[in-house]
Amino acid sequence: MLEQASNSVLYLDGVSVSFDGFKALNSLSLVLKPGEMRAIIGPNGAGKTTMMDVITGKTRPDEGEIYFDGAVDLTRLDEADIAELGIGRKFQKPTVFESQTVLDNLELALKTPRGPFATLFHRSSAQERARIDTLLEQIRLTGRRDELAANLSHGQKQWLEIGMLLAQDPKLMLVDEPAAGMTDAETAETATMLKEINKTRSVVVVEHDMTFVRDLGVKVTVLHEGSVLAEGALDHVSADPRVVEVYLGR
Amino acid sequence: MITAFLLRAFDGKALVFMGVLAAFAIAIPAGNLLFPPDHALHVPVYVVSLLGKYMCYALLALSVDLVWGYCGILSLGHGAFFALGGYAMGMYLMRQIGTRGVYGNPDLPDFMVFLNWKELPWYWTGFDVFPFAALMVLVVPGLLAFVFGWFAFRSRVTGVYLSIITQAMTYALLLAFFRNDMGFGGNNGLTDFKDILGYSVQADGTRAALFFASVAAVAIGFVIARAVTRSKLGKVLIAVRDAESRTRFLGYRVEHYKLFVWVLSAMMAGVAGALYVPQVGIINPGEFAPANSIELVIWVAVGGRGTLVGAVLGAVLVNFAKTWFTGVFPEFWLFALGGLFVAVTLFLPRGIVGMIGQHWSALRQRRVSARAEAGSDEDPREGEIANAMNHQAAE
Repeated sequence: MLEQASNSVLYLDGVSVSFDGFKALNSLSLVLKPGEMRAIIGPNGAGKTTMMDVITGKTRPDEGEIYFDGAVDLTRLDEADIAELGIGRKFQKPTVFESQTVLDNLELALKTPRGPFATLFHRSSAQERARIDTLLEQIRLTGRRDELAANLSHGQKQWLEIGMLLAQDPKLMLVDEPAAGMTDAETAETATMLKEINKTRSVVVVEHDMTFVRDLGVKVTVLHEGSVLAEGALDHVSADPRVVEVYLGR
Repeated sequence: MITAFLLRAFDGKALVFMGVLAAFAIAIPAGNLLFPPDHALHVPVYVVSLLGKYMCYALLALSVDLVWGYCGILSLGHGAFFALGGYAMGMYLMRQIGTRGVYGNPDLPDFMVFLNWKELPWYWTGFDVFPFAALMVLVVPGLLAFVFGWFAFRSRVTGVYLSIITQAMTYALLLAFFRNDMGFGGNNGLTDFKDILGYSVQADGTRAALFFASVAAVAIGFVIARAVTRSKLGKVLIAVRDAESRTRFLGYRVEHYKLFVWVLSAMMAGVAGALYVPQVGIINPGEFAPANSIELVIWVAVGGRGTLVGAVLGAVLVNFAKTWFTGVFPEFWLFALGGLFVAVTLFLPRGIVGMIGQHWSALRQRRVSARAEAGSDEDPREGEIANAMNHQAAE
């Protein structure tokens, strides 16, 4: 087990969380190898978002171990520490800073010192501006850099949030339903974007859209009632009768 | 580094505002000192003091706008920091009275003699020295804000709960300062001041100088607040205001940011209180009254929160209205204030300055698109925006 932990970017073992007696996570175990992309599927209430919460420090697990990069115990750290370590998170509902411009959103996310005095005297360097230009290109928002984030379309907000994740330069990206509310064309584009991102970092994607998961073409983990029901290629898990019963069959 | 930081505060709008302040700072004292009382341009001394008082309120409103408008912390207890700054100044002024008090005691202020105290309490030590008192004007409110903020922000107390405990804080201080054995003059507070820095507080020249200092303090406070809000730290503050937990997931330690801006704001409020006391001639526990803190939130809401200029404007306008109202229909002022707050919330949710800004940008956008439709791109920058907008429309 320990050896498995040291060769992983993310390692969860026997993680349980309960809210008022309801077991949101029930002895969940999951190992993600460096450079891997993993899709997590499961019905509503399966514990997908709670899993993201325990990894990013928003919720403390009642029991179990969570290690990042083989050595760092995430259960002792808070959100800011974990983000600084290199775990980025995209939320289900696109959460960008609406009253600020696309440029400001990216600048806030950019990997720079995070203390109040560092930001108070911060002056943006040519290097940072170049990095932002590259990101804008990557998320297809170059033409809208000075627009308020509130004025972006839903799909563009999703992309901006992905751009903010990239700006953080994380080792591991947790992406919650990136294709929700997108048109088919945008969904396909998002899959391409994520595959591109996966070339340089590990990614965990939670998604409902089966076409999208198929487009990604990666190993799939099915969650049910807070633990892993099945794991493997999409064709393999979708042939599993238990998976069909709890999820796909409906 | 500091210069570059402060220079960030200046742009067209800021320069116009500073120009108005400078004209005000010179014209009012000049009107009082240079023209004889029967001259048409003479400014009576009571007007100088009244306007000086407004300027102190304006600085106080700026401090509230900094935490509320930019970081979303609705403080209903900022009057406490103002009053503490005021008390620090009041203690200095008390020590300047010397033997000119009613009892003529060289060591003790009158109220201590009256209470039969034999010696000065330890915490009055040093207040006879102006630089020390001036330092305490910053340190005392700053320290209280630091301790309060440290616990509140670390425990992630936000929203209405935070507002309620700020209110409780100022109320607790109100009760404490009412007690005679606190050593701050009980419910009479500190008054009967004679000199400040060796000049009589009653003299016209001193009043003009205090007015000038108050306008200068507003200007300095404005520059600092604007430099802070236009820095990257300011962007983080707005991010905290709009989506606190998202900011945390970006790796920012939200409680440190809140603590920074909270302490800065408390110090600004302290300075406002310190300038207020010599101009009104008294500081008593009434300044801690929760109603005061609520009223000053209304000034900021009327002027437009998150605009800085709006806070100054709101403080001056509402207090001008208050002066007029309490002169003409004294019993109706609180109704008028309540009505004003309801009206602003319903019809001017972004305040006066916020509304003007909104109309201004809408107008500019209309002009840009009109020009784009006419097909002439006189201003290349605006043309670019128009193109982008056309492109958007085509999509």
